[in-house]
Amino acid sequence: MSIIIDHLTHEYETGTAMAVKAISDVSLQIPDGQFVGLIGHTGSGKSSLIQHLNGLLKPTSGTVYVGGEDIFDKDYDKKKLRSRVGLVFQYPEHQLFEADVFTDVCFGPKNLGLEQKEVELRAYDALKKVGLEDDAFYVSPFDLSGGQKRRVAIAGVLAMKPEVLILDEPTAGLDPAGREEILGLIAGMQKETGMTIILVSHSMEDVANYVDRIIVMNKGSVMLDGSPKEVFSHVEQLEEAGLAAPEACYIMRDLQKAGFDLPGDVTRIEEAADAILNVFGSGV
Amino acid sequence: MNIIDLKKVVYEYFRRDDEGNVTGITTAVDHVDLSVKPGDFIAILGHNGSGKSTLAKHLNAILYPSEGTVWVDGMDTTEEDKLMQIRQTTGMVFQNPDNQIIAQIVEEDVGFGPENLGVPTKKIWERVEESLKAVGMYEFRKKSPNRLSGGQKQRVSIAGVLAMHPKCIVLDEPTAMLDPAGRREVIRAARALNDVEKITVILITHYMEEVIYADHVYVMDHGSVKMEGSPREVFSRVDELSALHLTVPQVTLLADRLKKSGLPIKSGILTRDELTAELVRIKSGR
Repeated sequence: MSIIIDHLTHEYETGTAMAVKAISDVSLQIPDGQFVGLIGHTGSGKSSLIQHLNGLLKPTSGTVYVGGEDIFDKDYDKKKLRSRVGLVFQYPEHQLFEADVFTDVCFGPKNLGLEQKEVELRAYDALKKVGLEDDAFYVSPFDLSGGQKRRVAIAGVLAMKPEVLILDEPTAGLDPAGREEILGLIAGMQKETGMTIILVSHSMEDVANYVDRIIVMNKGSVMLDGSPKEVFSHVEQLEEAGLAAPEACYIMRDLQKAGFDLPGDVTRIEEAADAILNVFGSGV
Repeated sequence: MNIIDLKKVVYEYFRRDDEGNVTGITTAVDHVDLSVKPGDFIAILGHNGSGKSTLAKHLNAILYPSEGTVWVDGMDTTEEDKLMQIRQTTGMVFQNPDNQIIAQIVEEDVGFGPENLGVPTKKIWERVEESLKAVGMYEFRKKSPNRLSGGQKQRVSIAGVLAMHPKCIVLDEPTAMLDPAGRREVIRAARALNDVEKITVILITHYMEEVIYADHVYVMDHGSVKMEGSPREVFSRVDELSALHLTVPQVTLLADRLKKSGLPIKSGILTRDELTAELVRIKSGR
């Protein structure tokens, strides 16, 4: 499902001396099935932006079209929107509350007013999608590991069968293996279902490795927008905005300065390894 | 004398069901020996659930060992009358800055700790000033913490601990919620405390890049220490770390890939400069 953000502005505490523009005049088009990385320093407006996409925040001006429909139109069915656009918050495992994993995942679809059988089918399907083992279905979510809990929380959103999935820093606080597990899962799902995915992240490596397109927010506006290779070629600009490029970019730049003839658009470690081996000739 | 000494520390807790019946026992920390010299920068790595945070909570008597002993600056943490002194010796900074900041103004937040210790007012202000300067937040002293970035808030949290004049600071994943600039700021502040103020730092993290300057690294798994050594020693064991759900810094990872593909690179590369120097050496040697 496509998303069009049309001249969106959001101001907090409008009309007071404290008024702050969290988002100022942002226009973006995200076509159906795109895997987008959204980056920006703390307070750059990314969280405010994604909260508009499923109607949790109302714009001060401008609007958002999801699947061609204006979601802030007064006749628009907000309930439909919430099942269409799934939002996984930061630390979603803090929102687990049921006595066992399966019941927790059923909560969302149950609230959509579906039949019990359909609810359970969806919950089962979602838990399978996130790769949770069957024997973990009926344990308390609080007995699971951090990575497992987070997968259960994501399953809770998937069970609503959203067509757009937005994840706000899904890997924060996870160990490296947990991070890869979650990202691998999201990327796999994206390939399989063609879902539109927006991944908010503070890890430049994560976005470099997985997404098709990166949108960089700074001071409430879109600062850069393009493929990972394009965006990460603006190292200085990213640093000024409190961000960075993936380590692979910095390594390649250092090596270029040292006189190695290497391509300038490398963003991933595997690519860097290939490029360096290429310079040394494969016969080493 | 060591500032921290752990001898065969075990921590067990009961798992209970809804009615409070015990359904099992989990050993979160399993016979850990660990000693930290004053002025050291120590890093503790380990996957989620490996017991790092539980261990950290033993270092200022938030938790007590089920077996074994924890000494903080020579004091056994189970001695109740030493509790205040122990908590003053080891300060803790946690993951989420929003859970640690309580006052409306930065300088008042930093002054909260020493005030509770009964430090005279004039001295409190001196401590607030020096602590905020140490973490580079002095110019923000009159600001509301709500208006700060994550990295700035976390540095205020560190200043708050610093104002209590601890000999040792434990940072439990202080950068997990921060953006790249925030991570850099916090790690720089932690290193400065160690270098300049000679405060012992124990850093728990999932970011491998943050520990390359540590004096000693411990890697935990299932409650016990599985690997330890200098960052260079630990990070040269790429495959072992990966089996423990961890990784190595990106530069080290790249060097390892190149080595496995046949380039004669030495192991234990930790920085970009080292990698560049090594590749230049190989190139000129041909």
